[in-house]
Amino acid sequence: MTDLFIRNARPYGGDAVDLVVRDGVITEIGAGLEAPEGVETLDAEGRVLLPGLVDLHVHLREPGGEESETIETGSRAAALGGFTAVFAMPNTNPVADTDVVTAHVRRRGAEVGLVDVHPVGAVTVGLEGERLAELGTMASAAGVQMFSDDGHCVNDPLVMRRALEYASALDVVIAQHAEDHRLTQGAQANEGVVASRLGLAGWPATAEETIVARDCALAREAGARLHVCHVSSARTVDVLRSAKAAGVSVSAEVTPHHLLLTDAALTSYDPVNKVNPPLRTAADTQAMRAALAEGVIDVVATDHAPHASQYKDTEWQVAKPGMLGLQTALSVVVHTMVEPGLLDWHGVARVMSERPAEIAGLPDQGRPIAVGEPANLAVVDADEPWTVRGAALASRASNTPYEGMRLPAVVVATVLRGRLTARDGRVVEQVAS
Amino acid sequence: MKHLLSVTDLDAATATALLDTSDRLRQALLGREVRKLPTLRGRTVITMFYEDSTRTRVSFEIAGKWMSADTVNVSAKGSSVSKGESLRDTSLTLSAMGADCVIVRHPASGAAHRLASWSDKDHTATGTHTSIVNAGDGTHEHPTQALLDAATLRDRLGSVAGRRIGIVGDVLHSRVARSNVFLLATLGAEVVLIAPPTLLPVGVAEWPCRVSHEIDAELPGLDAVMMLRVQAERMTGGFFPSSREYAIAYGLNDTRAAMLPEHGVVLHPGPMVRGMEIAPSVADSARAAILAQVRNGVHVRMAVLYHLLAGAPE
Amino acid sequence: MANDRRGDAGGEGTGLPDHELLSASDVTRTIARIAHQIIEKTADAEHVVLIGIPTRGTILARRLAAAVAEFGGTEPSVGTVDPTLYRDDLRRRPTRPLEDTQFPEGGVDDALVVLVDDVLMSGRTVRAALDALSEHGRPRAVQLAVLVDRGHRELPIRADYVGKNVPTSRSELILVSLTEIDGEDRVAIRRGAGE
Repeated sequence: MTDLFIRNARPYGGDAVDLVVRDGVITEIGAGLEAPEGVETLDAEGRVLLPGLVDLHVHLREPGGEESETIETGSRAAALGGFTAVFAMPNTNPVADTDVVTAHVRRRGAEVGLVDVHPVGAVTVGLEGERLAELGTMASAAGVQMFSDDGHCVNDPLVMRRALEYASALDVVIAQHAEDHRLTQGAQANEGVVASRLGLAGWPATAEETIVARDCALAREAGARLHVCHVSSARTVDVLRSAKAAGVSVSAEVTPHHLLLTDAALTSYDPVNKVNPPLRTAADTQAMRAALAEGVIDVVATDHAPHASQYKDTEWQVAKPGMLGLQTALSVVVHTMVEPGLLDWHGVARVMSERPAEIAGLPDQGRPIAVGEPANLAVVDADEPWTVRGAALASRASNTPYEGMRLPAVVVATVLRGRLTARDGRVVEQVAS
Repeated sequence: MKHLLSVTDLDAATATALLDTSDRLRQALLGREVRKLPTLRGRTVITMFYEDSTRTRVSFEIAGKWMSADTVNVSAKGSSVSKGESLRDTSLTLSAMGADCVIVRHPASGAAHRLASWSDKDHTATGTHTSIVNAGDGTHEHPTQALLDAATLRDRLGSVAGRRIGIVGDVLHSRVARSNVFLLATLGAEVVLIAPPTLLPVGVAEWPCRVSHEIDAELPGLDAVMMLRVQAERMTGGFFPSSREYAIAYGLNDTRAAMLPEHGVVLHPGPMVRGMEIAPSVADSARAAILAQVRNGVHVRMAVLYHLLAGAPE
Repeated sequence: MANDRRGDAGGEGTGLPDHELLSASDVTRTIARIAHQIIEKTADAEHVVLIGIPTRGTILARRLAAAVAEFGGTEPSVGTVDPTLYRDDLRRRPTRPLEDTQFPEGGVDDALVVLVDDVLMSGRTVRAALDALSEHGRPRAVQLAVLVDRGHRELPIRADYVGKNVPTSRSELILVSLTEIDGEDRVAIRRGAGE
């Protein structure tokens, strides 16, 4: 069933319309349309309609980390969060550095069928930063369009240069986890007042800034497309702004947690707040919001990183970095960007759907809500606050840093190519067609 | 007081009460052949040390025994800890066995905070509300060391408030420095950190102290100087060119000790590297209060156990 | 320890005026009388030590020692012992601050020790003080002097010297004031203000 009638929805928060979807494509938009005979109706009750969200950065942990998340549980979280496409990072076990593993991830995603799961291939073999992985084969045989060693930086400038050069011929994008590991040896928290007081080794913002500056120069020379993962520091924004002004083909993402949370949360030493790059200062979160509004940072990506409790219910130093993000992302963006007036709903669609799809080269995602376009959609109740409970989230792990927080905006329904994947906070189970 | 995790748990009144209790306990044991008080009879105190530290562990153990607590020592070596048991499970186990107090030394900053939050969360399941004492966590804090330093300064100088105390050396990696800066500031002292920029944490400007790179300029104005232990492995190129250069630039030799005012006190948390951060002649001089620090350590730790365990549970 | 001025035992605002049991001159006379009794009962002792239980017991011990000297006895040495660390009821109340413990030079070995406190009630404070005392030496004998005995004993303890016996109910408070701390000498009872 990929036919659907959506009643009384407000695209981008504008005037209410009805939509007819046939074979996964929007065929009619208008006020007061008749519900077609025998077609499932979704009454949006005047809520906001957005294009389905696209997340360039998630960790689904499969294969190898199934105690924390699987492609199925991650897909459920994505659907409930309003996402219709996600990019699964390759730091699995085995690492997704071959077309075999990347093809497996894509296939599992399709079998689950709740969200388009696009594998991200590793840049280097085993994420070790030394030898290039088979980017060409992954691109041709498994349709991989984005490569990253995320979790690790491609720290060696020569390896990064070669990766960018090689990628330019394949027209794929290299997504860099920007962290100079020499500067972050043993790092546990944002270098600054809080970390110094807590006795946690500092992760200096310069470790991000210098890699981004270097990579922009390398991308310019290689004529390659560079994407910067999870920008966290105000000074990196300045580097990106001047690189973009100079015509470098660079895009950048920010995570919801770097828009909202600061290192002030660290005083409890609860590792639920441990993440890489680390939570930074209030000034940095303000800079992230401004840069996202300005467009210097292109997109929001969750860096959804589930960890089973044995990896988090530990001392800070041994805890794994990362936090859940898929089901809270839109709420955090509404809270940090829409409520203060930094973005309208068109802006939300841009940073969470249109630009991510464009960066990753997805033709059927992040499209306008218009006749003839694929029906990848999310219905959002912007007025409904909810309280985050990690145990109630669809992910296998429950490591949300927003536990107990009241956040605005509930995803009421998600539509993938005309098929409902989530409705009223529940996954719509997919019957094999 | 439920736990002692950080000196920031202590306001001036509480810190002073602990120091007063320490004085009274010293008084109560003065001149006695049998150094035993019945106060904590039947209470179980566990020292759990994930790092070697004879000095601190023995000091806590004596403190517990002099108060008649049953003290049990767990060292990470040879216990289930070395077989990969998580800190979480060790915490549950010790609480379930009825540990009234766990004194923890751990290489991870914040380990004591984690234990305390688990203790608060688990006490219905384990049946015991275990008090946690931080005996040194990573590069974060060592609160009883700061308390015993404050007790020693009070003995020697009459008061801590209004005194100027210099702390010299590897502040970056020192939990002793962190605890001392914040406790001494709470007690009204003026603290000066004296170290090269590479051994000072980024963010130190926000601490309640002044920073100096010139030991010779500071010594004449100090009421006391605390020499931090220098870890040799940090002195090889990474943070400092050489131990020789460190001794020349920051070592407390006789010439420098003579620059202190008449009443100036020399402290060292131990263990000392004689000849590196402190000259043997200075360590053994009348200015040095190093043995007094050790003696006060037992009484201060008794005071901490008294305040945590003697009264009605909170 | 049974002096209810300690630990701020409530009682304010009951509307009832405190009833005076001993005036300033009564307190002076009572101390003098106990001093005479001590001289009499310790006549054959070589070494008498008065040990006060802080804080008002310590003041009373000092006054008694001075009075003994004034009335022709040998001035006893004075000390103070804090029984807190030996109490059996520490866990029933919030952490108590510790008080002074000081023994006279020469200690208490083979001495006749007179423990001094302001008010005797359950006897638990005296029991704790006896334990503390025994850790510091082995006196030849220990006697007990109190300004007020208000009854309600919970242990087999009896005072050798009593300033005034006051039958009380448990709900009443005995308030001992001494000039050194309270600005005046006075013993009063506050009715119906206790538990």
